[in-house]
Amino acid sequence: IPLCLIPLQEVTATSRHYVDRLFDPDPQKVLQGVIDMKNAVIGNNKQKANLIVLGAVPRLLYLLQQSSSSLELRTECAVVLGSLAMGTENNIKSLVDCHIIPALLQGLLCPDLIFIEACLRCLRTVFISPVTPVQLLYTDSTVIPHLMSLLSRSQRTQEYITQIFSHCCKTPEHQTVLFNHGAIQNIAPLLISPSYKVRMQALKCFSVLAYENTQVSMTLVNVLVDGELLSQVFVRMMQRDQPIEMQLTAAKCLTYMCRAGAIRTDDSCIVLKTLPCLVRMCSKEHLLEERVEGAETLAYLMEPDVELQRIASTTDHLVSMLADYFKYPSSVSAITDIKRLDHDLKHAHELRQAAFKLYASLGSNDEDIRKKITETENMMDRIVSGLSESSIKVRLAAVRCLHSLSRSVQQLRTSFHDHAVWKPLMKLLQNAPDEVLVMASSTLCNLLLEFSPSKEPILESGVIELLCSLTQSDSPALRVNGIWALMNMAFQADQKVKVEIVRCLGTEQLFRLLSDPDTNVLMKTLGLLRNLLSTRPHIDQIMSSHGKQIMQAVTLILEAEHSIEVKEQTLCILANIADGNTAKELIMTNDDMLQKIKYYMGHSNVKLQLAATFCISNLIWNEEDGSQERQDKLREMGFVDILHKLTQASDPNLSDRAKTAMQQYLA
Amino acid sequence: ARLASRGSGLLLTSHFTKSRVVAMSGQSSGCGFLMSVVVHGDSALNEQEKELNQRLRRLYPAVNENETPLPRSWSPKDKFSYIGLSQNNLRVHYKGHGKTPKDAASVRATHPIPAACGVYYFEVKIISKGRDGYMGIGLSAQGVNMNRLPGWDKHSYGYHGDDGHSFCSSGTGQPYGPTFTTGDVIGCCVNLINNTCFYTKNGHSLGKKLQNQRQILYMLNLLIYLDTPGEVVDANFGQHPFVYDIEDYMREWRTKIQAQIDRFPIGEREGEWQSMIQKMVASYLVHHSYCATAEAFAKSTDQAVHEELASIKNRQKIQKLVLSGRMGEAIETTQQLYPNLLERNPDLLFMLKVRQFIEMVNGTDSEVRCLGGRSPKSQDSYPGSPRPFSSPSHKASSSQSYLTGTGSDTSWFDSNCCNGVTSNKNHSSSPHSHKPCPPGSGSTLPVSDISLNGSRSQQPITSNDMDMEVDHFTNGVTESSSNGFLNGSSKHTTEPDDCDADMEVESAQSKRQLCGGSQAAIERMIHFGRELQSMSEHLRRECGKNSANKKMLKDAFSLLAYSDPWNSPVGYQLDAIQREPVCSTLNSAILETHNLPKQPPLAQAVGQAAQCLAIMARTGSGSCAFASVDDYLH
Repeated sequence: IPLCLIPLQEVTATSRHYVDRLFDPDPQKVLQGVIDMKNAVIGNNKQKANLIVLGAVPRLLYLLQQSSSSLELRTECAVVLGSLAMGTENNIKSLVDCHIIPALLQGLLCPDLIFIEACLRCLRTVFISPVTPVQLLYTDSTVIPHLMSLLSRSQRTQEYITQIFSHCCKTPEHQTVLFNHGAIQNIAPLLISPSYKVRMQALKCFSVLAYENTQVSMTLVNVLVDGELLSQVFVRMMQRDQPIEMQLTAAKCLTYMCRAGAIRTDDSCIVLKTLPCLVRMCSKEHLLEERVEGAETLAYLMEPDVELQRIASTTDHLVSMLADYFKYPSSVSAITDIKRLDHDLKHAHELRQAAFKLYASLGSNDEDIRKKITETENMMDRIVSGLSESSIKVRLAAVRCLHSLSRSVQQLRTSFHDHAVWKPLMKLLQNAPDEVLVMASSTLCNLLLEFSPSKEPILESGVIELLCSLTQSDSPALRVNGIWALMNMAFQADQKVKVEIVRCLGTEQLFRLLSDPDTNVLMKTLGLLRNLLSTRPHIDQIMSSHGKQIMQAVTLILEAEHSIEVKEQTLCILANIADGNTAKELIMTNDDMLQKIKYYMGHSNVKLQLAATFCISNLIWNEEDGSQERQDKLREMGFVDILHKLTQASDPNLSDRAKTAMQQYLA
Repeated sequence: ARLASRGSGLLLTSHFTKSRVVAMSGQSSGCGFLMSVVVHGDSALNEQEKELNQRLRRLYPAVNENETPLPRSWSPKDKFSYIGLSQNNLRVHYKGHGKTPKDAASVRATHPIPAACGVYYFEVKIISKGRDGYMGIGLSAQGVNMNRLPGWDKHSYGYHGDDGHSFCSSGTGQPYGPTFTTGDVIGCCVNLINNTCFYTKNGHSLGKKLQNQRQILYMLNLLIYLDTPGEVVDANFGQHPFVYDIEDYMREWRTKIQAQIDRFPIGEREGEWQSMIQKMVASYLVHHSYCATAEAFAKSTDQAVHEELASIKNRQKIQKLVLSGRMGEAIETTQQLYPNLLERNPDLLFMLKVRQFIEMVNGTDSEVRCLGGRSPKSQDSYPGSPRPFSSPSHKASSSQSYLTGTGSDTSWFDSNCCNGVTSNKNHSSSPHSHKPCPPGSGSTLPVSDISLNGSRSQQPITSNDMDMEVDHFTNGVTESSSNGFLNGSSKHTTEPDDCDADMEVESAQSKRQLCGGSQAAIERMIHFGRELQSMSEHLRRECGKNSANKKMLKDAFSLLAYSDPWNSPVGYQLDAIQREPVCSTLNSAILETHNLPKQPPLAQAVGQAAQCLAIMARTGSGSCAFASVDDYLH
C-alpha cells in the first residue's frame, strides 16, 4: 500500500465509527452518536462526503422518520442532514437520491416547532441548490398549504419557507399554485417583520411571483400592509439607506408589477423611484452581480416605454456609465490579483450582455438616444466583437442591441456601414440557435432596406439562399424575417436580383408561403410579390413564366377568409399585373377574376375599392395596345356604371381615381 | 397686554423671541410691565417662512445659523444690474439687451453654503426661457465677476440650458446633460463630503461632476445667470418641497458616514481599548456619585476607585437635594460637609441662593414647603440622575435669554409686584404642562399618557379650563417653553427619588400656585428675595460687577412679574431641568477641593467630539453634517 493512502484510510475508519454508532441498540448511545456526528461534520466537507459514501443518510432518515425515536433524536438527525446538505452539490444529489425531501416534508407534520425548524432549515438548503428538481415541492398537493400554515409559527419558519418559495417558483404554473394557496395574503405581513432576513426573503418571493404574471401583479397593487399600500412599502425598501440587495429586489417587484400592467409607466413610484434606483445600481460602486441585475431589470422596465427610455438616457450619464461594463477584466486586475481576475472573468460575459440588453432597450425608439449610444466610446466595435463572442448570451444581446440601433436611418447610412456590421451578422446567421437567428435576421431586414449602403455588399455575399432557407423554418418568426428581408431586397431591385429571388425561392415555396397560417408571413409574401411585380418589363417577364400559378394564388386568397389588409395587398398585386403589357391579358381573359374586381369596387371598405379601381384603371389605360378592346369589354361587363357611381364617392382619393379612369373612356 | 399678545395665535416663534419685557422702573411705585410684540400682517408669508425654516432645519440639522446662515433668497446687493428681483427676492428676470456675451448677468444667493450642510441642494424653475434660453445655474466663490456666465471664470461652475453643457472654470463647456427650457425644474446639489456636484432635471439626477479645487468649495455660493430678454426663473431654497428626492440622497450619505465611524479602527493592542472604556465609565459613575454602581463596576472590572466611598456618598446626598429642588438643605449640607467651600466661592453661593429663590417660587424649597406650601408633583419630583451631557450648544438653543435686560441698573424688587398674582384663580395649570401621577403608582408616566390623564382626571373640566388649555397650547410653542415641556415629560420615565415619596398622592388635584399657595411662604420668599438683593449688592461692592450674576438675579425676579410664572416667557427657570447646571457646578467645585477633575473624562471626550465637529464645519469638512454626537448617546 502506498504511504499516502494511510491517512485517508484513517479518516474513513473514524467516519465508519460514526456511522456504526447509529446502529447501536441503546437509543441514548444513538443520540450521543448523532450529536458527535453533528460536531464532526460542521465545516468539514471531506467528512460529509465520507459519511454519505458510508451510508449515513438512509440511517439518519430512518431515525428521523421513526415514531419510536425521541423528539430530540429526530431533531438532531434533521440538523445533521442539514449540515450534510451544506456541503458540495454532490452531497445534495446524494441526499435527494435518498428521498430526503418527502421524508422532511413528512416531518413538518410533527407539532414540535424545534423539529419543524430543523427540517425546514435542511429543506431550504436542499431546495436552493440548483441541482434539486424544483418540481419535488409540488408533487404532493398538500405540501404548499401546509407550508403556508407554518408561516405563522416563528421567524425561522418564515425565513426558510419564503426562501424555499422564492427558489422554487420558476414557471407560471408554480406562480398560480402559490397564488391560489394565498401566498400574497400570507407573505405580505412579513414585509414589515422585525427580522431583516424575513423581510428580504418575503420581498424575493414577491419578485418571483409577480414576474410576467398579471393576475399576481393586479392583486399586489391593492394589498395593504399595516394600512400602507404594497407599492409604498416597496418604495420605502428602495430608500438609499437600505441594503443594496433590498433596494434592488424592491425595484424588481415594482418593475414586474409595472410590466404586468398593474402600475402605469408614468406613476411617480416608477418614474421617480424605481427607475433612478435601477440606474444607481448600474454605477461602478456596486458589485458586479448587482450591476448586471440592475441593468437587466432596467432594460426590462423601460422596453415598451419611450418616455422612460428618454429619462433613463439622461439620468446619471447612464449611456457612458454602461461603457464601463466592457472593461472587465481590467488590465489592472490581471497583474495585481489572480483572485480578482478570476472574479472579473466570471462576470465579464454577464456584464457585457447586460450592457448590450440595456443599450438595446434604451435605443429602441428614440433617434437621439441611438445617436448617443453609437457615439459612446468604441461602441460599434464592441457590438461587432460581441456578435462573434463564444458566449451565446452575449451574442444574442449584442445582436439585440444592433437590431435596436438598426431602426435608425441615419445609423444605417453611417456607423453601420463604416463598421461593416453586416459581415459578422452574416456569419452569425450561418449557424446559430433560433433565438439568435430571429434577432439577426430581423436586423438583416433593416440592413437590406433600399437606402442602406450595406445592401449591395450583403447581396453579393449570397444572402438570398440563406434567406430562402429561413422561410422554410418551423419558427413563424424566422419565416417572417426571411420573407421580409427578401421583400426589402426586391424593392426597386434589378431584374437580375428579382430573377434570382424567384429562382432561389422556387414558386412552390412561394405558394406555400401564401397559404402560411401566420398572417405576417402571408402579408410579407404578398409584399414580396408586389415588389417583384413592379416596372413593366419585370411584370411581363415574371408573369410569362409564373403567370398561371400567380393568378391561381390571387384567386385563392381573394376567395378565402382574410383580413382587409391581406385582400388589399392582393388587389394591389393584381393592379401591378394589370400594368404589364402582356400580363394584362391574364386578367382580361379571366372573367371570374374580372367579376371579383367588380365585386371589390362595390365593397364597403374604401381601401379595397381603391385598389380594385386602380386595377381597372390600369386595364383601360389609353395609349396602350388593345386598350380599345379592353375598354369595350369592360363597358359591356358594367364597369363604366360602377366607375360613374364611384366618381360621386365621398372619399376624395376614390372619386379622383374613378374620374381619371372615366377620362380614359372619354379620350 | 400680556394676554393679548398670547391671543394672536398665528404669530411666529421668532416674534416671541423679539418681544421684550421692559421694566417701568421706580423704587417706590412698583412695577408695571409692557410687552411690545412685532406683528406681521401677512400670515401666508409667515406660513411659507415657517415651512422654509422647518425644512432647512430638517435638511441641515448640523448647521449653526448664528455662525453660518443658510441661503434663503437671491441677494439684491450681490448681482449685476441687468438682473431684476421680485417675489421676496426669489424670482429673477433679465432686463438687459442680451445681444453680446457682455450682456450676461448673474446673481448670487444671500449666503455661501455652510460646510455643515454636508449635502446642499436648491432648485430653480424656468418660468420663461425668454428669447434664446441662454440660462444657467451653478456655483461660484464670493467676488467672482457677475457680468459673466457661470463656469467661465475661475472658481465658478455652471450648467447651461441652451446646450446642456457644463462649465468648470473655463470658457469651453463639456457635454453634460440635456438642455432645459420653460417649465423645467433644474436642481443643483453640492456634496461637501466628496467635493462633487451634480445637477437634476425634473427630479432626475443627471450625474456627478467632479471638482478638484477643494480649498474653495466651502465658500461656494449659489449662482444663476440669464442672458436674453424675457428670461424669468424662480428659485426654491426650501420654501417648497423639492422635486428631486434630496432627502433620500442625504440618507445614503448619512449611512455611509455612520458606517465609516462604526468601522473606524481602534486600539491596536489587545484589551487596551476595553480597559480605557472601563476607566471612562468608572470615572463617570464616581463623578456623578452613583456609589453602588461605581463600586460594583469597579469590582467586576478590577479597577481602583480614586475617591473614598464616604466622600462619594456625601456628594450624592447634596446632588439629590439640589435635583429635587431642596436648595436650602443643599446649601446647609454643603456648608456642613465642606466648610469654607462656599465662603471661598461667593459666586457659587450666590448662584445657589438664586436657585433657592426660584425653588421657593416653585414651592419646592424646604423653607417654603414647611410653611404648608404644596407643590405639584411634576415640579417636585426629580429622578436624581443628572442628564448625561448637555453640550454648550444645547444650552444655547434651549435656554438662551429671553430677557436680555435693557432695563435700568437700579434695584426694582418690591413686594408690590406680587399684587394680584396669588389672587388670580383662573390660572390653573393645563394637563399638558403638568402631569399628575395616578395615585399609588410610584413613578413612570410615559409621554403618551398625558392626554389620557387629562381626560381621566377626577376634576371636572370647566370650559374655562379648556380655553386655557387651547390657548396655552397654540401660543406656548415658543422655543423654550416647548423645549421645557418636552424635557419635563421625558423625565418621568425614570424612577423618582425616594425623598419625594410623600408628595405623590395629592398632586393630581393640585394647581400650580406661587410658593405652593401659602401666604406665609410667599412672605418668606419675598423676604428671601430682599436678602438676595442685598447679597447681590454686597457682592458687587466686594468683587466688582458681574454681568452673569446680574442677569441671573434679574431673570429670577422676573418670575414674579407674571400671574402664571410657569407659562411666562421666563418660566423655563422653574423647570426641573434647570437644576442640572447648578448641580453640576456645585459638584465640580466640591471635586476640585479634593483635587479631582472638574469634569469626568467621558463628558470631556463628548465635549471634545462636539468641538471637533464645530471645527470641521468651520474648515469645510462636510462629513460633520452626518456625525452628530447625540446619535451616539443613547
